Amino acid sequence: MAYSDKVVDHYNNPRNVGSLDKKDPSVGTGLVGAPECGDVMKLQIKINPETQIIEDAKFKTFGCGSAIASSSLATEWLKGRTVDDALAIKNTAIVKELNLPPVKIHCSVLAEDAIRAAVRDYQNKQTEPKKAEEAGGNA
Amino acid sequence: MALKLPIYMDYHATTPCDPRVFEAMRPYFTEIFGNAASRNHQFGWEAEEAVENARKQAADLITASPKEIVFTSGATESDNLAIKGVAEMYYERGDHIITAVTEHKAVLDSCKKLEKRGFKVTYLPVGSDGLISPDDVKSAITDKTILVTIMMANNEIGVIQPISEIGKVCKEKGVIFHTDATQAIGKIPFNVNDLNVDLASFSAHKIYGPKGVGGLYVRRKNPRVVLVPMMDGGGHERGMRSGTLNVTGIVGLGKACELAKGEMPTENKRVFELREKLRKGIMDEIPDVYVNGHSTERLPGNLNMSFAYVEGESLLMGMNDIAVSSGSACTSASLEPSYVLKALGVGEELAHSSIRFGLGRFNTEEEVDYTIGRVNEAVNRLRELSPLWEMVQEGIDLSKVQWAGE
Repeated sequence: MAYSDKVVDHYNNPRNVGSLDKKDPSVGTGLVGAPECGDVMKLQIKINPETQIIEDAKFKTFGCGSAIASSSLATEWLKGRTVDDALAIKNTAIVKELNLPPVKIHCSVLAEDAIRAAVRDYQNKQTEPKKAEEAGGNA
Repeated sequence: MALKLPIYMDYHATTPCDPRVFEAMRPYFTEIFGNAASRNHQFGWEAEEAVENARKQAADLITASPKEIVFTSGATESDNLAIKGVAEMYYERGDHIITAVTEHKAVLDSCKKLEKRGFKVTYLPVGSDGLISPDDVKSAITDKTILVTIMMANNEIGVIQPISEIGKVCKEKGVIFHTDATQAIGKIPFNVNDLNVDLASFSAHKIYGPKGVGGLYVRRKNPRVVLVPMMDGGGHERGMRSGTLNVTGIVGLGKACELAKGEMPTENKRVFELREKLRKGIMDEIPDVYVNGHSTERLPGNLNMSFAYVEGESLLMGMNDIAVSSGSACTSASLEPSYVLKALGVGEELAHSSIRFGLGRFNTEEEVDYTIGRVNEAVNRLRELSPLWEMVQEGIDLSKVQWAGE
């Protein structure tokens, strides 16, 4: 199976690889997939509490080239968006941008799941600020 | 000599035709084109002579009689003919067949089809080294067993089964023994008498011959095995396989067998040394790499490894100027990782992380050196990208994580 140029580009030059401090209350972390399934994505966003804008996004992915490209693209799209706008990113847009074939659609679904999980984690931290502060204090 | 890219290191999938094989075949396309079954003119006689010469070359490679070789379109057909042909011939004696879980699909799916038709099939398990115990075969045989079919060398992990011992068990119990020897014949010594086999499948394109031609060894004495043909027609190949003979292909198969016989000792030593160099070059540099399958009972050119925390397809992409294959689900149409690795008890995560290197006749030391560098570079890069690798470095036990995708 041949990969699209965009998948190859993201694979060779992945954007925003790395990790943010998961204990930071302004950071939301999404970890989705399972090793047995051959895909695990970790996606993190750092949000400015004043503006609700995503100032930074990082990822690490265990998975095929399309999974790596989907998560790399997601971090690119997340930066500069508000949290609400982040939730508007749909897997179909990722499929379209990367020209993913049908057998690789699950990679884009996983990337969408990772975004949602990261946002949910951030929102949970805001509703439980005390717990997050404690965790942050231990870091 | 400058290194030529891409490098082919997938010799279990297929092999290039040896130029000497190609030269032997060349006249049989346009000059000597007769039908080997034409008994009344020179065109036919010449074709027949070429076929009989090839039959002898194939028989010599496995210490059989030329009359015991049936030419087919390849090992898949040979497996089908052996298994279904025995089942149909001997069904009155019994309805039980024994095979193993790590067999090639040509064997497994033939057995499954027979199950639908009322036969009972035992699928023997393998140990964590990929090997079958002859004792397991012995205890699985019942008075209804008519066939045992166990491959000689596995196409994914290269492990070599104790065929001689299994054959002995079958002989003692009077059960016909077939081996899918597609990856073995022409690669490692194969003597039908020492190995106690009654039927053996083989293929030309795995041993530097052309695609589309193979053979089935069918024992004629002690016991005499008779098969019901799959192809009905002109009664070619002693009635076991009708259809005009693929003379050109058969000439190529014969030549490939002759070359394999002559060159096996030196070639095996050379390929084994390249394989060991590759294995050490990777394992000395990278932690958490595992070899799948028995460490010594394996084909000289086979190296099947799992690179923990790195997914197989992404690893192939990172070394895309080297042609290898992966047991990862992502490289196949099905979304399941290798059933062979799963049968060994390799975890699904490690099955997704596996790469099969298949070395052969035309690989060089330079190519192996280059491959070591590319593999190590790609694994290191992908581990930096891997959340699993990061978690393990942080001391997290991955088996205790509650994965969202489960």
